[in-house]
Amino acid sequence: MKRWTPICGVAEIPLLGARRVQRERGLPVALFRTAEDHVHALLDRCPHRGGPLSQGIVFGTAVACPLHNWTIEFADGQARAPDQGCTPVFACKVEAGQVFLDADELATLALDLAAPLAGPCRHATA
Amino acid sequence: MKTMKLVMVGNGMAGVRTLEELLKIAPGLYDITVFGAEPHPNYNRILLSPVLAGEQTLDEIVLNPLSWYAEQGITLHAGRKVVQIDRVKRLVRADDGSEAAYDRLLLATGSHPFILPVPGRDLPGVIAYRDIADTQAMIDAATRYRHAVVIGGGLLGLEAANGLMRRGMQVTVVHIQPWLMERQLDDVAGRLLQKSLEDRGLKFLIGAQTQALLAGANGRVAAVQFKDGTEVPADLVVMAAGIRPNTDLAEACGLHCARGVVVNDTLQTITDPRIYAVGECAAHRGIAYGLVAPLFEQGKVCATHLGQFGIGRYTGSQTSTKLKVTGIDLFSAGQFMGGAGTEEIVLSDPAGGVYKKLVLRDDKLVGAVMYGDTVDGSWYFKLLREGRKVADIRDHLMFGESNIGDAGHLGQNKALAMADSDEVCGCNGVTKGAICKAIKERGLFTLDEVRKHTKASASCGSCTGLVEQLLMFTAGGDYSASPKRKALCGCTELGHQAVRDAIREHHLLTVDSVYRWLDWRTPNGCATCRPAVNYYLISTWPKEAQDDPQSRFINERSHANIQKDGSYSVIPRMWGGETSAEELRRIADVVDKYQIPTVKVTGGQRLDMLGVKKEDLPAVWHDLGMPSGHAYAKALRTVKTCVGSEWCRFGTQDSTQMGKDLERALWRMYAPHKVKLAVSGCPRNCAEAGIKDVGVIGVDSGWEIVIAGNGGIKTEVAQFLAKVKTADEVLEYSGAFLQLYRLEGWYLERTVHYVHRVGLDHVKRRIVEDAAGRQALWEQLQFALDGEPDPWFDFERAQVDLRQFQPVAPAAAGAVAAAPASAHDKALA
Repeated sequence: MKRWTPICGVAEIPLLGARRVQRERGLPVALFRTAEDHVHALLDRCPHRGGPLSQGIVFGTAVACPLHNWTIEFADGQARAPDQGCTPVFACKVEAGQVFLDADELATLALDLAAPLAGPCRHATA
Repeated sequence: MKTMKLVMVGNGMAGVRTLEELLKIAPGLYDITVFGAEPHPNYNRILLSPVLAGEQTLDEIVLNPLSWYAEQGITLHAGRKVVQIDRVKRLVRADDGSEAAYDRLLLATGSHPFILPVPGRDLPGVIAYRDIADTQAMIDAATRYRHAVVIGGGLLGLEAANGLMRRGMQVTVVHIQPWLMERQLDDVAGRLLQKSLEDRGLKFLIGAQTQALLAGANGRVAAVQFKDGTEVPADLVVMAAGIRPNTDLAEACGLHCARGVVVNDTLQTITDPRIYAVGECAAHRGIAYGLVAPLFEQGKVCATHLGQFGIGRYTGSQTSTKLKVTGIDLFSAGQFMGGAGTEEIVLSDPAGGVYKKLVLRDDKLVGAVMYGDTVDGSWYFKLLREGRKVADIRDHLMFGESNIGDAGHLGQNKALAMADSDEVCGCNGVTKGAICKAIKERGLFTLDEVRKHTKASASCGSCTGLVEQLLMFTAGGDYSASPKRKALCGCTELGHQAVRDAIREHHLLTVDSVYRWLDWRTPNGCATCRPAVNYYLISTWPKEAQDDPQSRFINERSHANIQKDGSYSVIPRMWGGETSAEELRRIADVVDKYQIPTVKVTGGQRLDMLGVKKEDLPAVWHDLGMPSGHAYAKALRTVKTCVGSEWCRFGTQDSTQMGKDLERALWRMYAPHKVKLAVSGCPRNCAEAGIKDVGVIGVDSGWEIVIAGNGGIKTEVAQFLAKVKTADEVLEYSGAFLQLYRLEGWYLERTVHYVHRVGLDHVKRRIVEDAAGRQALWEQLQFALDGEPDPWFDFERAQVDLRQFQPVAPAAAGAVAAAPASAHDKALA
């Protein structure tokens, strides 16, 4: 049984665009809205170099990562061949124009994955 | 509806590639049955020569193992020859009596070797050189016999002769024409080739006419007899006097054949629309191609029609040739024999074994023959395909790509001389060894395939020439590149120019209308075509076309540069690179307030704040109170200046003011790619104007304007456009050139590549010689830029979607709704 939690209205996501959902712990979840008004949710992290998928270009049923243009499919989070990799998919449903995510998944899924580091902080942690 | 049946006759490279393309776009559309006369799965016929020469094994050249057919659900009848096609009942019959019905039939029967009609041609020991069985027969013969005669001194014959010699036979090549490989080489190169092969131990009988093949006591062939009565001993005779399209079946069932099964641009036979033909058996516009790349292009087009996409036309290919004999380098393409109206540039060093001939007509390269030194073959072939004017590079054309600076990283340009561990693609860290391995193991044939699978040449593209060389040497000789007009992306077959023309001609104003009008294959394009189409719309119809932020890359959507960790960098505009205490104070305060980790002085004379959180961007812009620097956009970036006559003791002109005026006139100008300017106050050129898109250099008597320089991937020195007297003229000339570039440049094409493509003469005609046209262009640009918003402040008019800066927070834990699953749960995992 999923614990559906309301996130936002479909209309609050730009058509062929995305929004980020902040979580208490872990990386944000990216919500994508396709031309047919379907909404999909992926961890906001490309399996390649960790780019924020929510910032990519949405087309068809996939998004192109803004960093190196890998294409990630919404249905299964898989990178389109010949690239290989997979990003976690979050259960997502739309009812009466409202987007829902599963509270348990939000709280527990993919907490181990971190964003890539850049800048001076890399030396501090190295 | 019942699944349709597709039957393919012939199990070779062209046919199977067609099936692969078909399965990609329309899996499951057909029940597929394949008949192949050879008892093997599809293998790389091009590599039979290396197998014969003992450099590769048969296993290594298999392209599609039997398991592939099983995985794809294809019924393969290997070793069964189709003997009849019944077009009325729509079925094919094989030599073992088995039948298969079809809804669509694909003929890929390849070609027959041409067997000379001389007595003795049926003797044991007389074979052709066409398939694995022939190759095997030659390998066997080499272990038991001594004398071999190859009839035909063309590509195939010489490869056979070389292979047999490498296996220890004494080989004589009989060639009726006046020089070897007369279809691919001119007489000089043909003779050089002959000498080199003679040095290796081959014997040649040039101009000899074969009269009969004579049998020995054991019934096997023993000698070849010529018209003049002479004989040479022969335990093995290889007929390699050419190939003929295999049209036996097609003719028997009444399909129109003329030097091949005649097909139209969709690879449909003109007689029966249910029947398609691809590969060596097909005659397209009178030509039956024998090289692999054209056949693959045919396969691709044919697959889209079989797949009921109904798109794509095959319009013919240009081809080039290379001989696969290790240690011998020769290359030819186009009209290498010259002819009326052509000029030749020749380099001949017979002692050094080097010969090159370039054939030009109307200032374009139309043919090339090279012997001994062929590293630039792929480059010449590219020039030839593109039909590029060569006046500007003519004086060093002969010396190759490396001499015009168009080589890979580190100046590497001779792919062959590189070690396997050497890096070819510096962007993605791909070595020569990795590329060659991928080409061999995955059976790659085109640049695009290599890019997809290895990422080599997929980023900055400066190693493209190297990768093409590797393809040519690794994939085998029949390298031939993609068509000269490249499609914009996989969503269409149209090129950049065609899309742009359609937008202008039909007054298209939205991305959607472009896709509908031009029958895009995808509903809303892809990350490659959407930004391009959006740019063409807003540049063609300023103030009319609707800008689509979702069709822009993230940097232009968030008006900042995304960094590797997902944070952003912010570069405010500093007119002409000048700033003030006030601005610097505000910048310092912003850095403190938003805890920005890095501040960097850029090459464009501005300050870059790196590591800004996306949420902070609007507040950072507000607090800075400076205009957007557009450092994130395909647009005017900076105008770099020196201090000029205001301060400098050498300065002749007020370059700083000129730079500020240019920047104020041109900022907010979107372009096909980023645009950088510089203004120097004297020819010492401290602002480095010589490597900018537009460089302006002050001299005592006025200003010199240079264009199309580049300091990036490949340093390119800007070319002289004009010398003018006044600052107003500088604005008009620079603006007019940039407007021309905005209208004619292809998306992501820098000015240097744009000017290369259209030629400096074209630009001069439009900007220097045509005063009215120049003024019109300059006015057009001013009209387009007038009133354009600053995206950092005028969010509404710049269509900046502020929602992107605010993450959504899920409702508090208590608000969890226990909504039951419903039919709307389409996206449910």
